[in-house]
Parts: sequence; structure tokens; C-alpha cells
Amino acid sequence: MVDLCWFSFVMLNELDRQIQREPLNLRVNGEEHQILVPVHKTLLEVLREDLRLTGTKHGCELGECGTCTVLVDGQPQLSCLLLPIQLDDCEITTVEGMGSTAELHPLQQAFAELGAAQCGYCTPGMLLAARALLERNPLPSRDQIREALAGNLCRCTGYAKIVEAVELAAQRSLR
Amino acid sequence: MSARRGELRVIGQPLQKVDAAARVTGVAVYADDLNLPRMLHCRILRSPHPHARILSVDASAARRIPGVKAVLTGHDLPIRFGILPVSQDERALEAEKVRYVGDPVAAVAAVDEEIAAAALDAIRVEYEVLEPVMSIEEALREPAHEPIHDRAYTRRPFNVHRQLSYDFGDVEAGFARADHVREDVFFYQGNTHLPMEQHSAVATYIDGRLTLWTSTQVVHYVHRALAKVLELPLNRIRVIGAAHGGGFGGKTDPFAHEIIVSKMAMVSGRPVKCTLTREEVFYAHRGRHPVLMWIKTGVTSEGRITAMHYRSALDGGAYGSYGAASAFYTGTLQTTTYDIPAYRFDSVRVFTNKAPCGPKRGHGTPQGRFGVELHLEKIAHDLGMDPVELKQKNFVKPFTRAVNWLRVTSCGLEECTQKVLDAAGYLGRERREGHGMGFAISSYMSGAGTAIYWNDMAHSEVQLKVDRTGVTAYCGAMDIGQGSDSVLAFVVAEELGLTPADVRLVTADTDTTPVDLGSYSSRVTFMAGNAALEAARKMRNLLVEAVAEKRGLGGDLPADLRDTIEVRDGRIGDFSFEEACVLATARFGALSTTGSYRPPRIGGPFKGSGVGPSPAYSYSACVVDVDADARSGLLTVNRVWIAHDVGRAINPLLVVGQVEGSVYMGLGEALMEEQSYRKGRHKWPSMLEYKSPTFLDTPEIETFIIETVDPEGPYGAKEAGQGPLLPVVPAVAAAVYDALGIWVDEIPITPEKILRALEARQKGQQARYGPKAFPAFDFGQPIRVEPPDPHDMRVGPELEEAFRA
Repeated sequence: MVDLCWFSFVMLNELDRQIQREPLNLRVNGEEHQILVPVHKTLLEVLREDLRLTGTKHGCELGECGTCTVLVDGQPQLSCLLLPIQLDDCEITTVEGMGSTAELHPLQQAFAELGAAQCGYCTPGMLLAARALLERNPLPSRDQIREALAGNLCRCTGYAKIVEAVELAAQRSLR
Repeated sequence: MSARRGELRVIGQPLQKVDAAARVTGVAVYADDLNLPRMLHCRILRSPHPHARILSVDASAARRIPGVKAVLTGHDLPIRFGILPVSQDERALEAEKVRYVGDPVAAVAAVDEEIAAAALDAIRVEYEVLEPVMSIEEALREPAHEPIHDRAYTRRPFNVHRQLSYDFGDVEAGFARADHVREDVFFYQGNTHLPMEQHSAVATYIDGRLTLWTSTQVVHYVHRALAKVLELPLNRIRVIGAAHGGGFGGKTDPFAHEIIVSKMAMVSGRPVKCTLTREEVFYAHRGRHPVLMWIKTGVTSEGRITAMHYRSALDGGAYGSYGAASAFYTGTLQTTTYDIPAYRFDSVRVFTNKAPCGPKRGHGTPQGRFGVELHLEKIAHDLGMDPVELKQKNFVKPFTRAVNWLRVTSCGLEECTQKVLDAAGYLGRERREGHGMGFAISSYMSGAGTAIYWNDMAHSEVQLKVDRTGVTAYCGAMDIGQGSDSVLAFVVAEELGLTPADVRLVTADTDTTPVDLGSYSSRVTFMAGNAALEAARKMRNLLVEAVAEKRGLGGDLPADLRDTIEVRDGRIGDFSFEEACVLATARFGALSTTGSYRPPRIGGPFKGSGVGPSPAYSYSACVVDVDADARSGLLTVNRVWIAHDVGRAINPLLVVGQVEGSVYMGLGEALMEEQSYRKGRHKWPSMLEYKSPTFLDTPEIETFIIETVDPEGPYGAKEAGQGPLLPVVPAVAAAVYDALGIWVDEIPITPEKILRALEARQKGQQARYGPKAFPAFDFGQPIRVEPPDPHDMRVGPELEEAFRA
């Protein structure tokens, strides 16, 4: 048992020495970042820990809850299941790239007005998944909204206000 | 305290929350978003066994790993803690024994999480494995090895944690005059809060002062637990509620990781963070108790209840948590919903080797609600009556006192019922195999009438500061997403003639804010709202006084003259708010007012009367429409209609948000959510396998707000965050009966259970799936309580005076 423990300790040091760090160009919200990170670090970790973009949240880190959703070239992806080395030359969008407190994105505006964000923890992922939906389908039906967001869990709202907010943002942008 | 409606400018408006922009832009700082210089990362080693003695813990190898800065074991944190004074049975790190898979044993802080995780692997723990106790039935028998907790602590047989037995009124006589008596058994499976945010805490220790940022619902209780376990004076500890990522009751206890990071910061001199993994959140739990119920009720041939005997057995998991209160809550609010002239209530809570149960949205009451609502449905069918009619005949009346002394004030049960029946077209519903509707009602507290630890202090305190730069409101209340910060701002803005954005807020920080008991038991709007109202009205008087003096109205201004000075639209009389602040500061010096709220004494003259009283109860009624497929057992909820008596909606947008969230969470419990165990382990501690409703599983919800204007709530307001969950669960079960003619007397109602009930019917057995019996247990002699006069509305000193006489 003791030997095994030491084994893991030794392995850790080995690992540390051998950890592959790759220089990467990551384009996030239109800004270029040159970073050197261990190749096994997930996009979620790199965004939050290395780039300090903590607007992207985590709920499970196993690809189950949708909380960490970001856009990769406009497509919603789970950042906890992506490795940055896969993403050279991709355009990554996080909630920080959607709008700011000074100028909200229409979706953010609708979420704020209708109370679609209660605790707000699932909101960044929800907003990005909704944005991707509206970009491919500017006026989705309620069922299409539900279908598109079904991979994102929310425990506060019962989803109703989120569906309404996406509808409202869609209607406004067509006006 | 109700105000004249026509004059309200902020209250009642569907305004957005004051922090809405921060919550939709990713700017709000949650505990795990904090990253302090030189911060260490903490991981906790947890028991892999449900029940075992700890023989030894050897952390020497972990300490030698480069990058490891602190290692703690049970001997470093020996003092016990727990949320209730009567259940101080947890340790931040166990030293002698582990009681569930996930019980904390050791912890490491290191320069990064990977090193911390590797160091956990290097800690060697020797266990002597004991036979686990995994069910209520097993817990009520002599254990194979030893009880989970020392008998010196429990002072009860087997693995019994708490037991209680009450007789309110003459129960035997009540049953004797019944024309029909029925008994039923129900089971409500446990489930968990599943907040999207995992628990997280960050501690620093600088100049002998500890600061903890944490995702909690109650900074005050964390503050107290830290002081006890760390043996620090309260004035050397500061607890700050970080932006909150969802609680639902699951972050109302003080937790091991909060104590551990604090101790780590003290030992290492560096900031320390611990964020639980999703698996660990399932072990932290404190969720819905699994409850087995037996109910016996007597009714007249017209359907009036003559007596009820209600028994519950709660599977508490490994520790006390709020359990002593939870046991009461499974039975005590039956009488604030229905008029029960004689009521016997027995309950037992047991320890098992599972993650500890505690308060989840509705705390202990959804289980009883499920049982009683279905039980009354069955009685109605026995009598050939419509269940709605039978229930309506027994509705509690406004301004009455129940047989167990609980005082009902405003009560919109009739209005709520009428609203949902009409909206759903319940009485004229389409009757065909596979389609059905179910109806149920509920009541819930607007804050508990007594504090968790006995004291006579206010439950909520608010301070207002006004100077030439504007208004700041200080309150210990914690906004967990429900909008309690916004409610404070709305109240202060209303009274001072401002907009909510004009009110600066400082909340949930034990150094700077006065105590509020936090976001649980649906207490914040009622209690902090009343405290804010008092502070704001005092401030308004000061400002008006100064303006009046300036206008030469001076001296002791008669009230009616003061009323001629209008406070609205950022003006006080002829002066701008800012000018009025300058005048008042010149006149009175520093401007500060306080408000506080303490609920009146309501409970009856007996031991245990502190659980259940509330200054006001909310009421809900709900209809659920389902399709149930007899071939597959698949159940689809098509639509939910719910009406909620909130007294007055301080903000209808936020009320509807709370109602919709409650309905959704109730549907999750009714249909799929299950915290269950196999061979001593949680079956599915992951979000994928612990099924909760998605967008696709959640139907359209139609919400109706009913306003009864409560005499004691701020502007007449009552709670909205928990009550609306309660009727949803039994309404689903009633709808399944309406659709298929079978009873599923056990939550969750899965397709398998529906099929098993249909099979039973085919075999000529009872068309039912559910528990067979309530286990034998000696509840002892009940405490006999003389019922009050149902029209006796006395509270507080008057009531206490009556008890003395």
C-alpha cells in the first residue's frame, strides 16, 4: 500500500517533468492570446484559470449539464470536453464576448427584463446556446427553442422565462 | 402594515432585478471565480465505505510531496458542529468513524489542484468496515455491529435519532363519530437540490482575522459554526456570501469544506480555496428525506374530517442536520391546510449510512402533502364524492387557530382553487383512458416563527445610512437568486420616493451588515422586508421633518400636516432628495435608522410547539394535465395550472419566477428525481444519471397570483419560493389515477411503477403500486395538548399571559 502511494508520488513528479506544454494561439472574443499550457488542460480550465474569463461556469466538468457552453466558430460546444490544442485558428466566443453591462446583447437584455436569470449560474451557457440558435434560425418556435437548449440544465427558472426571453429577443431583432 | 395601493410606485411593478445585468453578463463573482494571490487549492479525502471505524490515518507521504502546503486530519478539527443545537454530531474531518460514502477524513492544500489530488492518493487510511444500515426498516432493528451514532448522544434505541408523538384534541372520540375510516401507506423517495453551482469557499487569515467567501444561504450560521470549531471569537471572523449559484436548501447548513479551508488558511498563512466536484455535491446533499407514511382518517358521510392520525418515518442519512425540525414538518402543517378537529401525529427520524438529509425546498412538508392529498382523494372515491368537493369541505378558514395551535391569518385557498379549476376546465375535463387531470392544494410558512438557536433577538435587522451621496441599505440577508437584494431595494425605494437603482445595497457580510437569519424557510421577503420597511419609514420621517422645518412648519409636526409633504419621484416636498438629505444631515447629524423584525409568539403551550408557527402562510392550488400510456407506462405532463396566494406580489415578475421554478422542481420529484443507493453507495452521483427535467420535460406552466393582503406582511406580502412546489407532486399522482385508474403511492412515479400497478390490477390485486406497511415502532405515550379556541387569534405577550393564567 505504502509502495503504491509512493508510486503515485513518483509518477506525479515524472508527469510534472514530462508534461507537454504547447504554445497555442487562442482567439477568444476577437482577442488573440498566446499561451503555454499543459496539453491536457481543458478549454474550460484555460478560459477560467489562464485567461481569467470566469464568466464561463462549470456544473459537472463531464459534459452533462451544458453550463460551460461556449461558441466555437459559432457552434455551441461544451468547453469542459474540448482541448485547446484542437482549437488553433478557431474563433471562440464566451459570454464576455456577447455584450457588456454597458451594452447588453439583445438576448441578455431579454433575459434581464423577464427574469430568465435567477441565480445566473447557467445563464452564460444558456445565452450562448440561444445565440447560436438565433443565428441559424432567427424566429424559432417554442419547441425549436426547447430542442436547441435541451442540453442546458437550469434549476431555478423552470425554463419558462428562458423560452420567453429567447422569443422576445428573436422578435425584437426582426423588427 | 399594508399601504394604500393606489400610492405604490415600485411595489407591485414587474421591475427587473437590481443585479440583472451582472447575472447575464458573467460579471457576478461566484466563490469559485475568486483567485487570490498565492492561493492554495484544497481537496478532501472522503470515505469509500458507508460505515467503518477509522483505525489509522497516515498522511506522512502526502506531506512530503512538493507543492503540498498543508495537510489536515480529524485530530486537527476535533470539535463537533451541526446546524441545530440539539444535533451537534458532525466533524469537519472524522477521526474515529465514517458514516457514509463521502464522509470527510483528511484534506490537503497544495499549489495546484492536481498536486492536491495526487497528495490525497498518498494518504493511507486503515478502516475496520462495519455493516451498513441502509433503510428505515433496518434502522428500527438492533444493528448487526453497532449503532451509527453513540447511544450516549441519541439516547434512543436502535438507530433512532428523534421521535415525537402528539395528541391534539380527542382523537378517539373523533374516530368514534366517523361514518367512514380509511388507512393508507405512502412512500416519498429522497432527492437532492442539484444546484448548478458546486459548493465553493475561499478563506484568508490576515492579522489574526479570518475571512471566508462562500456559496451559502446563511452567512450567520456559517459564522457561528466557524467560531465554535476554530475556537475563534466571532469578532475575528468575517463571512461574506459570494454571488450565489443556487441553493434550494442545500447550502443552509455549515459545511466541512468551509471549516477546512478556514483552518488551512490559518495553518498555511495563504488564501485557500475548495470547490466541490459534482460527485461531492451529491454527498454534501442535505436533501429531501425519504419518508414512509401511514395515514388514518375518519370522515362523516358528508365528507367532513372528524379525526386524523398521521405517522411518518424519516430516513435521515448519517447526521442530524435540520432533521429534528424536518420530522415535525412532515406532519405539523396538515392543520394549516385542512380543518382537522382532532389530530394525532407520530414521527420517527432514523440514522442510516447515507449522505445526510436536510431541508430541500418545502422542508419536510412535500412528503406529508403528497400522502395527505392522495389519501383524501381515496376517501372521496370511497364516498362516491368528487375529491375537489371533499377537499373544499375541509379547507382551513382564514383567521382561525388550528387544533395544534398554529394561527392562520390571510388564506386564499378558495380563490386559488376556483382559479385553477376554471382555467383548466377541470370539472368538464375530457374523460378517456390514458388522459387525466389531478388537483391538489398546499400551504407553507412565510418564515419560521422561532429561531434555530433559542434567543429573543430580531430575526432580521436592517440599517439605513443616508448622507449627501445617497442611500445605502445594510442587511445580512443572502440573495440566492430569488431576488432578496431586489426586495430590499424595492421596499426602501418605495418608502423614500426613489427608484431601486438609487439604493445601494450591502448584504450578507458579517462584518458590515446586521444579522439576518438568511435565505431559508421562505423568510426573507416577510422578515427582512418588514425590517427594511421600518428602517425606511423612520428615515422618511427624518427627511420629511427636516423639509417641514425648512418650510417653516417646524416643531412637533402633526401627522396630517406631515402627510402633506409628498415623498415621490426623487423629491421630498419642494426639495430634491439630495437637498432633503443635506437639510436632514444639518438638522440631525449623521443619518442612520434601523429596522428589525421578530415574529410574535404563536405556538401553543407545549414542548415542540416552536416548529410550524409562522407569522403567515401562503396557499397554493394546482391542476396537472397528463397523458399516461398503459402499454409503456410513459407519463407526459401536458400542462400545469397553478394559483398562489402570495398576500401581495412585491414584484409579480419575481413571484411568477419562484412559482414556475417550484412547479418545475415538483415535477422533477414527481416524475424522476431519486437519491437512491445500492450496496451502500449512491447509485448515480452524476448529473447525467441523476435524472432531472430538461427543457423538453417541462410543460407550459400557467401561473395565477392571488393577493389576499396579509395583515402582517410587508405591504401584505407572503412567501412564494417554496409553497408552490407542494401541490404539484400529489396532483401528478391524482392525474395518473384519473387517467388509468391506478394509484402510484410512491414518489417518483416512474413508468415501471405504473406498469406494476396495471399488472397488479390485471391479476385481480389492488390497482396500486406502493409500500405495503409502516414498520412497527413504539412511539410511547403521546404528549396530550388541549386544543385552542379556533377563534382565539392572540399572539405574543397576550398569548403568553393567557398561558400563565
